[in-house]
Amino acid sequence: MKKLKVILYFPPDKTDRPFSYYLVKDYDLVFNILQAEVQPGKRGRLTVELEGTEENIERALDFARQNGVEYRPFNKNIVRNQGECMDCGACTAVCPSGALYMDPIDWKLNFDESKCLVCELCVRACPVKAIDVNMFV
Amino acid sequence: MGKTFEEINEKIRKGEVVVATAEEIIDIVKEKGIKEAARKVDVVTTATFGPMCSSGAFVNFGHSDPPIRMNKVWLNDVPAYGGIAAVDAYIGATELSESRGLEYGGAHVIEDLVAGKKVRLKAKSYGTDCYPRLDIDTDITLKDLNQAYLFNPRNVYQNYSAATNTSDQIIDTYMGTLLPRCGNVTYSTSGELSPLLNDPEFRTIGIGTRIFLAGTQGYVAWEGTQFVRNKVEIEDGITMYSGGTLAVIGDLKEMNTRYLRAASFARYGTTMFVGIGIPIPVLDEEMMEYLAVTNREIYTGVVDYSVPSRSRPTLRRVSYEELRSGSIELEGKKVPTAPLSSLNRAREIANVLKESIERGEFFLQEPVQMMPTNREFKPLKDVGVE
Repeated sequence: MKKLKVILYFPPDKTDRPFSYYLVKDYDLVFNILQAEVQPGKRGRLTVELEGTEENIERALDFARQNGVEYRPFNKNIVRNQGECMDCGACTAVCPSGALYMDPIDWKLNFDESKCLVCELCVRACPVKAIDVNMFV
Repeated sequence: MGKTFEEINEKIRKGEVVVATAEEIIDIVKEKGIKEAARKVDVVTTATFGPMCSSGAFVNFGHSDPPIRMNKVWLNDVPAYGGIAAVDAYIGATELSESRGLEYGGAHVIEDLVAGKKVRLKAKSYGTDCYPRLDIDTDITLKDLNQAYLFNPRNVYQNYSAATNTSDQIIDTYMGTLLPRCGNVTYSTSGELSPLLNDPEFRTIGIGTRIFLAGTQGYVAWEGTQFVRNKVEIEDGITMYSGGTLAVIGDLKEMNTRYLRAASFARYGTTMFVGIGIPIPVLDEEMMEYLAVTNREIYTGVVDYSVPSRSRPTLRRVSYEELRSGSIELEGKKVPTAPLSSLNRAREIANVLKESIERGEFFLQEPVQMMPTNREFKPLKDVGVE
């Protein structure tokens, strides 16, 4: 089994199709929507985490491309500068997935990257600018 | 049988003093009882490390040749107040840079100075016979200054309301980013470790009290601005205290950026995280009862910051034990809570202070004057002008 985060771009005329249904039904993928922007008449954007066999993920992405849905790998992550961090907790107030949380014993900030949606709310919430977005290829 | 400040200082001198932090004392009292704990422990250390906007520093630059009476002053493009003698200025934590906006302010200038960095001083003058020079533009460092002392008019808030937002929009406040429809609650007090919640009646903390201030020894200079003594009985045996504040002073040249950090809150502006520790002498059993206070017995209100009014509604009362649990019940749902002041760093300060008392490097100072009992929290009457 493999996990992959991708951003899917839907042309305006494709946003009305039950695309995720096919991914689940025909390719047996576990499908977690991390972020979605869908507006009538506009290009849609869906950030998803796909989990399935490598072959099924590849076939699903081929199917996407053939149907006019472009995709690219999700190539951002959140990095924390531990030397700058004061463990105040301001970032945990806005973290929607609980990836950033305070240890209830020593009250230091913890970061569980596997839960991070890279929504970037923490970047602006950090009062000492100790959180950055890292782009990778 | 009580203890005096002098008797406790004598124990510090002899290396016989027994010190506990305000968190440690809770278990000591649970185990030994108030009476025995009061006999055994001499000093309890309290601490906080949170954003305190009402902070700033007085600096004296020394005289240039020819001399200038600086009447407009900027430090790294942040305006400082120069309306005092020729080369004195006050740089406030929340004053913003004229070129970098909300990202950089007086707090950052102060942190840069403490870090030993060069800071650019620009000043202008109208010129006088005795101070002919009209402007100056030069780099300075902290060690070149004659004096530089932190003088914070309002720090160490006794108790501060927690914040939430009932509106449909995200709002950015000095209490952090508040998510719509009560999406979160933020709070900013070190609870049972907090200085003024451990001496809520100001029996030992007054003008002249020696404190840990941002890495060095400082003093309580005066009551803090907006000082008021609020005391409400809320339940059997539980009293909710709030409103106490302190004005504090200390030598910037001896401070440490680990305990003095510039901060910027999104769409609000700059502020300063100030690390403060206050040692409280266990004068008697009554004092030990105050010091044994736990998060379960300390309450604050949850205030709706979406209401753009001076008197924002309080949605409910909540204990620090609940706030610390990670979520509270609010408007019928479970809402996540988040701190804004660093409990981890506050604990570190309480321990640093404890160790310096044990090593005989920090002595207690009895207040030269106690805090007032008759202050009111007055609003600004916006009566207009004739």
